[in-house]
Amino acid sequence: MARLGIGGWSVRLIVLGIGVALLFAPFLFPGVRAIEVAARICVFIVLVASYDLLIGYTGIVSFAHTMFFGLGAYGVGIALAQHDASWSALILGGAAGVLAALVLAVLIALLSLRVKAIFFAMVTLAVASVALVLASQLSNLTGGEDGVTYSAPDLFSPATALFHDATGRTARFFGVRMDGKIAAYYFIFGGSLVLYLILLRVTVSPLGTVLKAIRENEARAEALGYRVVAYRTFVFGFTAVMAALAGVLYATWLQYTGPDTTLSFEIMVDILLMVVIGGMGTMWGAVIGAAALVMAQYYLRDLMQAASDALAGLPLLPDLLNPDRWLLWLGIVFILLVYFFPAGIAGTLAGRETRK
Amino acid sequence: MNQTLNRLGNVNLLPLVLALIAFGLIGSPSVWLTLTIAGLAMGMMLFLMASGLSLVFGLMDVLNFGHSAFASLGAFVAATVLAHMSGWLGSESWVLNLAALMLAIGVAVLFGLIGGFLFERIIIRPVYRDHLRQILITIGALIVIEQLIFVIWGGSPLNVARPRFLQGSFVWGNVSIETYRIFAVVLGVMVYAALYLLLNRTRVGLLVRAGVENREMVEALGFRVGRLFIGVFMLGSALAAMGGAMWAGYQQLISPTLGAQMMIVVFIVVIIGGLGSIEGTLLGALMVGLIDNYVGFLMPKAALASNMVLMMVILMWRPNGLRPAVK
Amino acid sequence: MNALELNGIETRIGRYNVLHEVSFTVPEGGVFVLLGRNGAGKTTTLRTIMGFWTPHAGSVRFRDTEISGLHTSVIARKGVAFVPEDMGIFRALTVAENMTLATARGQFDSARLDWIFDLFPALKTFWNTAAGGLSGGQKQMLAVARAIIEPRALILIDEPTKGLAPAIVDAMAEAFQEIARDTTILLVEQNFEFARALGRDMAVIEDGRIVHTGSIEAFAEDTELQTRLLSLSV
Repeated sequence: MARLGIGGWSVRLIVLGIGVALLFAPFLFPGVRAIEVAARICVFIVLVASYDLLIGYTGIVSFAHTMFFGLGAYGVGIALAQHDASWSALILGGAAGVLAALVLAVLIALLSLRVKAIFFAMVTLAVASVALVLASQLSNLTGGEDGVTYSAPDLFSPATALFHDATGRTARFFGVRMDGKIAAYYFIFGGSLVLYLILLRVTVSPLGTVLKAIRENEARAEALGYRVVAYRTFVFGFTAVMAALAGVLYATWLQYTGPDTTLSFEIMVDILLMVVIGGMGTMWGAVIGAAALVMAQYYLRDLMQAASDALAGLPLLPDLLNPDRWLLWLGIVFILLVYFFPAGIAGTLAGRETRK
Repeated sequence: MNQTLNRLGNVNLLPLVLALIAFGLIGSPSVWLTLTIAGLAMGMMLFLMASGLSLVFGLMDVLNFGHSAFASLGAFVAATVLAHMSGWLGSESWVLNLAALMLAIGVAVLFGLIGGFLFERIIIRPVYRDHLRQILITIGALIVIEQLIFVIWGGSPLNVARPRFLQGSFVWGNVSIETYRIFAVVLGVMVYAALYLLLNRTRVGLLVRAGVENREMVEALGFRVGRLFIGVFMLGSALAAMGGAMWAGYQQLISPTLGAQMMIVVFIVVIIGGLGSIEGTLLGALMVGLIDNYVGFLMPKAALASNMVLMMVILMWRPNGLRPAVK
Repeated sequence: MNALELNGIETRIGRYNVLHEVSFTVPEGGVFVLLGRNGAGKTTTLRTIMGFWTPHAGSVRFRDTEISGLHTSVIARKGVAFVPEDMGIFRALTVAENMTLATARGQFDSARLDWIFDLFPALKTFWNTAAGGLSGGQKQMLAVARAIIEPRALILIDEPTKGLAPAIVDAMAEAFQEIARDTTILLVEQNFEFARALGRDMAVIEDGRIVHTGSIEAFAEDTELQTRLLSLSV
C-alpha cells in the first residue's frame, strides 16, 4: 500500500473514472437502458466486493452469496407486495431479510467452517440450491418462478416530481427530468457507495491483516493465537449481511424480485466472473469487474445477435454466436483468465501476484 | 449414538434403519416396497454419477465441479444413440433391445473416457494443488460443456426412448415395480461389484487405495501416481456418463441443465458418504435415493429439502461424512 | 564408487531457502549418519535426495548417475528406498498388501521374505491384518521391511527410533546391522547412542548447512565438538 507504481495508480484512476461516471450517469448517459445498467453496476459492485472479502481476502469459497443477496431482496419484495408501498414496509422487510441472512450464515459457518475449505464450498452450494428450490415452491409468498412485482415508496415513482419548474411541471436539469427515477438511482448509488466504503475500510483495518494472515497460513495464524474459526464465521456473517443489503437496494430499484434476478446459479457465476475478471483480493477489482461484466451483459448480446444474423445460413456458427449462448463465451474467457491472468485486471495492472 | 451403531454393526446399516422407519410411517407394505425399489434404483444411478468424483478427490485432492457435466454428456449421447436405434428398441426380441441399450451405454461410456482424458489434460492438469483455481476453472468448464450441449442438441428437452423389454412393470399382487428400476439396480450392483473387485483384488486397485491414503509414499515405492490418476479420472468420467445414460432412460425427458441439476445431488451424496471411498459413496447414494422417494411420497414438497436436512444432520454427527477414506 | 554424493545442494520451499550448499559423500556399504537438531534440514535433505523437492542448484549423484530433477518414482526404481519419519504406512491396507506394493512386480521372493520374517517376526503374525492396527514399533518394522523386500542399493531412513520403546530400538539396531551388510543406509537420527552403535561415517547439519563431516568414533570422543554442534553430551 505504501508505494504505488504506475499500475497501482492507473487502477485507482480507472476506479475513480467508473465512480465519476456512475455519479453522473443519469446526465452522461440518458435513456432508460443506460440507467438500468448503471444501477445494476452499483449494486453488483457491493455484491462483488463483499464476495471478494470472502474469497480473495479470507480464502473462503462459498456459493451461498446469491442466497444472501436473495434473502435481502425477497425481504423487501415480500414486505412491499404484501403491505403498502411505504418506507416502513421497506425497512422492516429489508431488516427481516438481512437478519435471516445473518442467522443462516452463522448457522452454516458453525456447522461446516471447521472442515476442509473444499467441503465448505460444496455445502454452501447445496444449501443455496435448496434456497432456490424453496423460493420457487413457496409460491404464495414468493410468487414462485414468476417472482413478485410491487411498488417502491412514492418518492421513487416516475410520477413524482422532485423539483418543479416555473410552470409547475417536473423540472429538467441538463435536459434530464428530475423525477422519482432519479431519486431512486441516487438512493441506489449512495447506498452502494456507503456499503463499498465500509467494505474498503474493513480490508485496510487490522481485521483485514488478520484475514490475510489466515489465508496465507492457517496453521500459523492459529498458532499465533488467532481463533481462525471465529474470524471466518465473523467474515462469513458480515459478508452475508452486506450481500443482503445489496439485495435490499436491488429489490428497491427493480420493483421486482424473482429467482432469476437474485437467486439463480447464473448470478453466482456472474459474481465469480466479476471477482476473477476484476482481480481477487484487491477490492478495486470489484468495481472494474462489475462494471466490465454488466456492460458486456447488456451490450455484448446485441453484438452477438448482429454477428449471428450476419452469419445466418452457415453451419453451427450462428448457433455458437446466438446471444443466448453468451455464457459459453464467458465460460471460455473465464477459464483463460484463471489460467493466464489469475490476478485479474486490477491485480495484473498493479503488477502484484495474488498469492494463494 | 456412535456406540449403539457400532454394536449393531456400523454405519452401513443406516439405509436399513431408514427403510424400517419408513415402513412404520408408510404403513402399506406394497407402497413401501415400490418406494424402496425406486429409492434403490435412484441410489444406484447416483452412485454411478458420484463414485468418480469421490475417487478423484481422494487420490489427487482435486474436486471437480465439472464432474456432473459428464453425466449430462452421457445422457445426451445415449439419447441420440437410442433415437437412431428405434428399430432394435421396438423389436420383439429382447436380445436386440438389450443390444441397443448396451450400445447406447457403451457409446456414452466411450465419450466419458475420451472427455475425461481431455478434461484432465486441458482443465485439471495446470491447476493441481491450487484449490481455489481448481474450483473456478472446473465451474468454468461445467458452463462451457453445458453451453456446448445447448449448441449441439438445442435448448428444448429431449425425449428418450426406452427399450421395449424395459417398458412396463412387474406386478406381484398389488405390488407394481417398473422394470427399468430393477434393471438400474442390477446394473448398479454389477458396476459396484466390478469396482470393488478392481480396487480390492488387483494391483492397480491396491495402488489407487494406497495413493488415496498417501500419495508421496506410493511414488517413493516407484510408481507414477500421475499416470494412475488420469486412469482413475477417465474411469470416473465414464461412470458418470454411464449414470447419466441410465438417468436419461429413467427420466425419459432430459434438458441441457441436467448436469448442473445433478451436481447438487451428487455433492450431497459424497458429502454424506465421505470422500475417497466407493463404499462411502454407495452408502450416501442409497440414503439419498431412499430418503428422496420416501419423503417424496410422505411430504412431496419437502423432497429436496429432506436431502439437505439429512446432509446437515450427518455433518453435525460426522463432519467428514459417514465413511471417508483413511487419510 | 560412492553410494551417494551431494554437491552444493540448494533447496527452496516456498519463499524459504532451507538448504544451503549442502555437500557430503556417502560411501558404499554400512551406515552413514546425518545428525542435527530439530529443524536443521535433515528431513529436507532426505526429501531432496528422494526427489520430492527439486533442488534449485547443485547435484545429487547416486552411484555416479545424476538423479536430481528426476521424478521420485524413477529415483525409487533406480534402487533408492525411503522410510519417512511418519513411516508412510498405508493404514487401510493389510501388512501383506503394504509389502506387495513394495515389490517390483507383485511377486515375493520367498527366501527374502523369510529373511524379513526372521528380522521382524511380528510381521508374520500380523500378515493379514490392517496395518492401521499395528503398534508404533510394528509400523516402523513394516516401513523398514517395505524398503528391503527388493534388493536396494541405498535406503534413506528418517528418525526410526523416535517414540519407540528401548527394547524395540535394540531390535531395530540389530536389524539395521544385518541390512547394512549388503545395502547402504543413510540414517537421520537424533538418538546419538543409536547412531554411534551403527554408524561409521557421519555429517552434522545445522541451519541448512553441513557444519561437520568425519568418522563417528572421532566425533564420539570429542565431547567439546558434540556440545558445540548438538548441545548434547554423551
